[in-house]
Amino acid sequence: MSALNRLQITWRAAQDIQDGQVVNLGIGLPVHCSDYLKDDVDVILQSENGVVGVGPLAEKDKADTDLVDAGSRRITLRPGASIIDSSWSFAMIRGGHVDVTILGAFEVASNGDLANWDMRVPNRGPLVGGAMDLAACAREVWVIMEHVTRKGAPRLLEKCALPLTAVRCVSRVYTDLAVVDVTPQGFVVREFVDGISRDELQAKTGAPLAFAPDCKPLKTPAIAVTD
Amino acid sequence: MPIDKRVRFEDALDGVPDGATVFISGFGGAGFPNALLRALRERGPKNLTLVVNSATHRYSLTHELIAADMVRKVICTAARGHDKEPSPFETRWMAGKIELEMVPQGSFTERIRAGGAGIPAFYTPVGFGTELAEGKEVRRFGDRDYVMETAITGDLALVRADTADRLGNLIFNYAQMNFGPVMATAAKLAVAEVRTVSDEPLPHDRIQLPGTYVDRVVAV
Repeated sequence: MSALNRLQITWRAAQDIQDGQVVNLGIGLPVHCSDYLKDDVDVILQSENGVVGVGPLAEKDKADTDLVDAGSRRITLRPGASIIDSSWSFAMIRGGHVDVTILGAFEVASNGDLANWDMRVPNRGPLVGGAMDLAACAREVWVIMEHVTRKGAPRLLEKCALPLTAVRCVSRVYTDLAVVDVTPQGFVVREFVDGISRDELQAKTGAPLAFAPDCKPLKTPAIAVTD
Repeated sequence: MPIDKRVRFEDALDGVPDGATVFISGFGGAGFPNALLRALRERGPKNLTLVVNSATHRYSLTHELIAADMVRKVICTAARGHDKEPSPFETRWMAGKIELEMVPQGSFTERIRAGGAGIPAFYTPVGFGTELAEGKEVRRFGDRDYVMETAITGDLALVRADTADRLGNLIFNYAQMNFGPVMATAAKLAVAEVRTVSDEPLPHDRIQLPGTYVDRVVAV
């Protein structure tokens, strides 16, 4: 079975970002989507701390400690970027001015419910950050995650078991095995990898899967994960 | 008498009482008022409520106030430590010695904005259907459910900026701005620490926070 590695998942998600969109990439894996945009696609990357037009990461000797993204990474600005305060930044998010957000997740339910903020880790404090704002208010919410947990349990479910981030918000999920749309009728598989059957994919999923009439193989270029 | 908000560093936090609600600016390493946080720790008021994006960020000295047991409650969006050992906040929170109010970041900053803008409460779609909305009023507008969030006001705002002038006008460096402007508007006493204070009033079209919101400035 040719499961994707995590950078290949981000590559696949990045292919769906459209020219001219305002995009917020979640911390962790989703920020790597900016490395794999199609050549002719020019987008504005919005960061919740107020950077509208995030550029590439800063080189060490040129980094400014006051120029960071939502993941505290030292960044540069793209030409035409601007910086606003947090209230304006979240007004931008809440007001529906961000076209797409791509987020990591623990679980997604077949009605679009998302759980991605609290894993109930014992002895650790909670951390919500801007996850609820992005999930509830970006015009489209896409998720990148492994299809199953490390123990093999499904992450695509009838109902999330972990605390919710937002209800009925996810429209598309990219996993190492499949691209799955969340529709009013539940999960619909758009693409899945070679070497796995529909039944095997269903067995790794905790809710019924439908398959799109034009369902295609999920293919990406080879991308090495170095770290 | 010409307006002059410049103060000596040792006077910057005069009059901060026990039980104060304190705003602390900063996000991701940008805009932490660490000189003022150290000064507040040395003054040692007790039973503080901190309103700060992260209770645990490694580059902020917020944790020193918590470790000194000066803090009764934290209103924040992030309270998870970075190291294997629990952070000063987490140990006290788990022991029931400190109260936590976790707020989605957009609601956090909008609650502070509202506090400084004369709005007692507002409705937001964020958090609906989650445990962070438990106990809050829910109201339907159109085809969507909204959660009522109330304003936050406070006694003291500690804000980091780049440049000030004697009128208290502030210019921020890049993403240093974050929560600074709204926090200054919502506090009775707003104190800004800056890299430098300009001898001349700042250029009108570069000022990002009018000095009317800032009570004291100090170069650090």
